[in-house]
Amino acid sequence: MSGTAPTRKKTGPIGAGMRPGTKGGRPGKGGLGLAPKVGLVFIAGLVLLALVGDLLVRTDPNAQDLLRRMESPSGDHWLGTDAYGRDTLARLIAGARLTLVATLQAVGTAVVLGIPLGLVAGYAGGIVDAVLGRIADSVMSVPTLILALAIVGILGPGLTNAMIAVGIVFAPRFFRVARGAASGIRNEPYIEACQAIGCSPARILLRHMLPNASGPLLIQTTYSLGLVVIAEASLSFLGLGVQAPDATWGGMTREAFGSVSRNGFPMLPPLLMIFLTILAFSMVGDGIRDRLTRGRDGKRI
Amino acid sequence: MLSVVGRRLATIVPMLLILILGVLLLMDLTPGDPAAIVAGDNATAQDIEETRERLGLNDSILERYVGYLGDLARGDMGTSLYTNRPVSEAILAALPVTLWLTFLALAVALLVAVPLGVLAAVKRGSAFDRIVSSVSAGAMAAPPFAIGLLLVTVFAVNRSWFPAGGYVALGEDPTGWALSVTLPALALAVDPAAELVRQTRGAVVDVLERDYVQTAVAMGIPRRVVIAKYAGKNAAVPVVTVLGLQAARVLGGAVVIELIFTLPGLGSEALNAVLYHDYPMIQGIVLVSAALILLMNLVVDASYTYFDPKLRG
Repeated sequence: MSGTAPTRKKTGPIGAGMRPGTKGGRPGKGGLGLAPKVGLVFIAGLVLLALVGDLLVRTDPNAQDLLRRMESPSGDHWLGTDAYGRDTLARLIAGARLTLVATLQAVGTAVVLGIPLGLVAGYAGGIVDAVLGRIADSVMSVPTLILALAIVGILGPGLTNAMIAVGIVFAPRFFRVARGAASGIRNEPYIEACQAIGCSPARILLRHMLPNASGPLLIQTTYSLGLVVIAEASLSFLGLGVQAPDATWGGMTREAFGSVSRNGFPMLPPLLMIFLTILAFSMVGDGIRDRLTRGRDGKRI
Repeated sequence: MLSVVGRRLATIVPMLLILILGVLLLMDLTPGDPAAIVAGDNATAQDIEETRERLGLNDSILERYVGYLGDLARGDMGTSLYTNRPVSEAILAALPVTLWLTFLALAVALLVAVPLGVLAAVKRGSAFDRIVSSVSAGAMAAPPFAIGLLLVTVFAVNRSWFPAGGYVALGEDPTGWALSVTLPALALAVDPAAELVRQTRGAVVDVLERDYVQTAVAMGIPRRVVIAKYAGKNAAVPVVTVLGLQAARVLGGAVVIELIFTLPGLGSEALNAVLYHDYPMIQGIVLVSAALILLMNLVVDASYTYFDPKLRG
């Protein structure tokens, strides 16, 4: 593609407002790159698998067949069986659903906690900002997994509790992004004009400050999805997340590790899924970040 | 440099005070009665009442806060509910394991990543650059526990080159120690190494484009010298920043790695504390790990003034 056509307008709803006056910066690079597209396709496939996967593989993921334990892949069991003779493929698909739901729970918690508080802190400034900022800093100073462990210790084990804990741990990330965006524009003329004509603070926060933060928040959300997959897998591996007989990929890894000396294979499918999912989210995150930030300083490292 | 340290310390103390309040409040947020949970299933009403007294739950949060701070000032972090051992003693015993793992992982990451990152930046756009960049992007998607599991399976279970678990103190048997920490440290090193490669590459690419580097090259100063002396120090600031951030992640990742390799570190203690509802231990571990991270940040901040004289004074 030659650089002759800077006329192609980028009218994406998110990117459009982010870089005014950079139309001629990088012609012909409007869309996401190849890697982010591959990532998106993978995630879409995963969601589809989670939704309709049990129509493809009709085996009950929790059905035990104790005579056929730890089998290698075969025509009956494409990915073999685990230590209880359960079909690994069926559990992998059931695990996809639970893993995705759990990931959304955690990121949802972080978004719901972090963004409103961040907008309020950035808009209000002063003592509110200072106190909320210190609390966010304190939460961030504890290693993710140790804080998540502590909160699970209080709430009790279980996938939902674990994901609430992870959500609390991730909330400061969203808080910081939302706060930064809000405090960056709080003295802009259009905000002051809005105040002057009597907009309520809620309207200013939702109509003006939230959209201003949407680009960075989208990037943060995408990266967080990948990091939460790691956190979920880690907590489930520790036995504090998903509880038997339900399956997430982290939980499957834990079960498989218990009989690793007999057969290491059952560990591989869930590990591979974890790896690919995290990779997909990070590729999409990179793509969105490049799309939204490229052009502002005119170069991409 | 002292003023930087002083300013940082001034922000660390209020953060620790908030954290202490936070971990004390955690117990109040427990669904149900923490005293009943700690006392166990077969506890009588009197047992529960005694436990409540022992946990100090009859006092107001303010009394508990002041009490905890007072004890902390004397180095007393309470007593483990499960082992009846002082929390500070248990943490001090576990700390060397975790600190060694963190230190070794970061050292390995630094030694591998910085040369790779610099080379990739210098040979920007080459096949080498592309390979290094893709491999590090892939490595970042591999959680430490996955790498740990693969390492232990391949090198300890299938071939017994390394022990599958257990920790040997450095003082007792240096060789045994080295063998016991190699695989876990490697598992923890992959993530920070990948991140460091990316950051080093980015920082060096950025610096190499600066005018003063171009000028130095134009003046005929050997490229090697330009990269090492001119670019190196300036690229160091973002790299050190990332190193500090990675320290926190490694410390967190150590929890799972310690479980896989059955190492008696802070992570194992944290997991046990959670499983046995050992509130004082949980509080102590959260506090100590946060203090470690904040201290690490302090060192990182202080190092800026070394690398960048503009930040001095």
